[in-house]
Amino acid sequence: MSTKVLARLEQAFGASILETHDQFGDDTAVVDPSRWLEIARFLRDDEACSMDHFIDLTAVDYLGRAEPRFEVVLHVRSIEKLHRVRLKARIDVSASDDAADDANAETALARIDSLVSVWPGANWFERECFDMFGVAFSGHPDLRRILMYGEFVGHPLRKDYDASKTQPLVEYRAAANEKLPPFDQHEGMSFGRQTHAQRPAARNLLGFETPGLGED
Amino acid sequence: MSSSISAAATTTLVLEGSEQGFATTRFEDVLNWARKYSLFQYPFVTACCAMEFMALASPRFDMARFGAEAPRFSPRQSDLLWVVGTISQRQAPVLKTVYDQMADPKYVLAFGTCASSGGFYDNYTTLAGIDKIVPVDVYVPGCPPRPESVIDGLLMLQDKIARGDRTAGVVKPRFDPVQLRRKA
Amino acid sequence: MEPLDVELSEGELELPNDPMQVLMGPAHPAMHGTVRVVLELSGESIRKADVQIGYLHRGFEKMCERGTWTQCFPYVDRLNYASPLLNNVGFALAVEKMLGVTVPERCQHYRVALGELARICDHFVCSGAMAMELGAFTPFLYFVKARELIWDIFEEETGARVTHSFGRVGGMASPPTPAFKEMVRSSLPAALALLADGEKLLMKNRIFLDRLENVGVMSKETAVSLGWTGVVLRSTGVPYDVRKVHPYMTYDRYDFEVPVGTRGDNYDRFMCRAEEIRQSVRIIEQALAMMPDEGPMNVDDPRIVLPQKDEVYSTIEGTIQHFKIVMEGIKIPAGECYSYTEAGNGELGFYIVSDGSGTPYRVRIRPPCFASTQGLERMIVGAMVPDIVPTFGSINMIGGECDH
Ligand code: SF4
Repeated sequence: MSTKVLARLEQAFGASILETHDQFGDDTAVVDPSRWLEIARFLRDDEACSMDHFIDLTAVDYLGRAEPRFEVVLHVRSIEKLHRVRLKARIDVSASDDAADDANAETALARIDSLVSVWPGANWFERECFDMFGVAFSGHPDLRRILMYGEFVGHPLRKDYDASKTQPLVEYRAAANEKLPPFDQHEGMSFGRQTHAQRPAARNLLGFETPGLGED
Repeated sequence: MSSSISAAATTTLVLEGSEQGFATTRFEDVLNWARKYSLFQYPFVTACCAMEFMALASPRFDMARFGAEAPRFSPRQSDLLWVVGTISQRQAPVLKTVYDQMADPKYVLAFGTCASSGGFYDNYTTLAGIDKIVPVDVYVPGCPPRPESVIDGLLMLQDKIARGDRTAGVVKPRFDPVQLRRKA
Repeated sequence: MEPLDVELSEGELELPNDPMQVLMGPAHPAMHGTVRVVLELSGESIRKADVQIGYLHRGFEKMCERGTWTQCFPYVDRLNYASPLLNNVGFALAVEKMLGVTVPERCQHYRVALGELARICDHFVCSGAMAMELGAFTPFLYFVKARELIWDIFEEETGARVTHSFGRVGGMASPPTPAFKEMVRSSLPAALALLADGEKLLMKNRIFLDRLENVGVMSKETAVSLGWTGVVLRSTGVPYDVRKVHPYMTYDRYDFEVPVGTRGDNYDRFMCRAEEIRQSVRIIEQALAMMPDEGPMNVDDPRIVLPQKDEVYSTIEGTIQHFKIVMEGIKIPAGECYSYTEAGNGELGFYIVSDGSGTPYRVRIRPPCFASTQGLERMIVGAMVPDIVPTFGSINMIGGECDH
């Protein structure tokens, strides 16, 4: 049904629509990032499209698999016509950014226009995208981190961000390491259940006589 | 005369126990006994474990049976901190503040795997166990723990309070490397 | 801290008239522990509000990139923990869409029935919590009791009370127990009776009504452009329900209504939820009637579905098949797809990208309440501080889902 939308887009924007497909039944158009905002506005305002319902905006990081690296993905639908379309734009970390040197590669941003003026709902989604991928949306009224805290460095969903790299806000308790092995026999076991532990049979069960490992 | 009778009656009442034997105890023990049945809790509820926490507070499992009834939403009025759910790095300062605001004696119960150890969220944003920032008395594992096991944990905490034990709990590794080395 | 006993002059009291900043949450009991609202107050009315989320960000999307497709299910469970089965089904459908398989009819009805039960729980929790935050504790207890009845069914079926991890790609983890239909048929009337009791307590309560009616009003157009879906959108009068508009599974074969509101205030949202519970009961009844007692549960494809346990232990093919699926994961054809279902809070979308291997390249969840929470700011600016509580309660923000 919404192939009509794709046809309409191609008719209106011609060469700016780089590619279209409908894999798994989802109509998709890859568009020129410089006309991102314009195309989005057209989608909303055009009679035949009337994509007024904002659904989703996100990004995918194809590090080392595709150039340009990021793909910003937008899903919208029409309340009245019931069709959906997916719009994608491929962008890269802009070299002209002040963070051009390698040390700042982690914080270097990619840029694209913001869609908040078209769908106000894009606001938080763009902030999330900025937070997670470091895609900066020009013209966004309030581009802050949303899920992570302000002190966080880097963009966790980028493929080159190590998943287990934490950046704690509170210093860890020194006492957390106070108790190192060896442990007392009943430590870490039921606290108040000495009644059980005092019984010799139970002691073998609960106690720390683990045969097997290290014995042979 | 009548006044002395009434005085005697009062005395008899008080001394009744003494004829059948009486108990002595230490002051701390009485205090601890009282403490363990009047836990004022501060539920620090964040994630999925909250669903189970609701069930625990509701009629079927009814935590109130164990003296842990009244939730106090001010840390200054409570003495048991339930940490229910995942604590993210972003949430950590909040938890620390809440803990610091509580008056002594205070106890902490880690509800669920996430609070105890971070659970399966081993990543950039999750605090791997609240014991990294606050001492914990009892860990209740489970994702989420069944209400029964939480009640078990609560009873353990009561035991611990009754014993006057204030050391933080430890999660013992399954195999204690030092002991294994000694054995070998 | 400043001393409290400031000398008050006898003359006219000078009150400061510059706006006051108040931080509400994240440890505020009505903020579900995961949201902070920074308010700028003038007197008691709100001039500016900044809703800050992210206190429960657990890195769902990053975690999914580290395991096999099947290993995503436990994470998916913990997104909307008020109705985990709906998420399970949603994710399973997304992966199945890429694989191009459809589960057998028996499984579809089973999924619908379980999903609708989960939706009922979700609405019970939301309405109950909202009532509790407004001081009505008894209805909350009623609703939790009703939820407990349904959890009993879940426990019997899936083995877990909250986080079931019961969905699988190409079917369910196990077929329904023989007593399933009977359990559901006997529990639902009891749950409905509890709902009616709770409503009776609330709907004639002046305080409750005053705090709901005409509070947190949202217009149709704004709601749509904000990306609202689900109950919150329907309360404004837009009859958009994925189950009706883009039917998936067997939803086009059931007869049910989609309740819509007119004003888009808290009252409408509350009533829509209550009515949806009744509609869900209707759906479940039909699904049970249509669900055959015999028949396959899973798709018949050894590349997707784990073999029977006895085959694994006794035949070499079974062992290898099991090993392949567990160690390498199900191979999903390369490409991308967006699949959406109606979850407790609205359209739950999964945008997944596969590179053809057994590990997801990217799993993106489109959390319905992320969009709804975004609208909170608009609803509370200009209102009073106490209005935040019912408004926030009625959009049913679920931390795990909203913060990913
Ligand atoms: S332990 Fe499990 S149920 Fe509890 S908060 Fe963590 S993930 Fe959720």
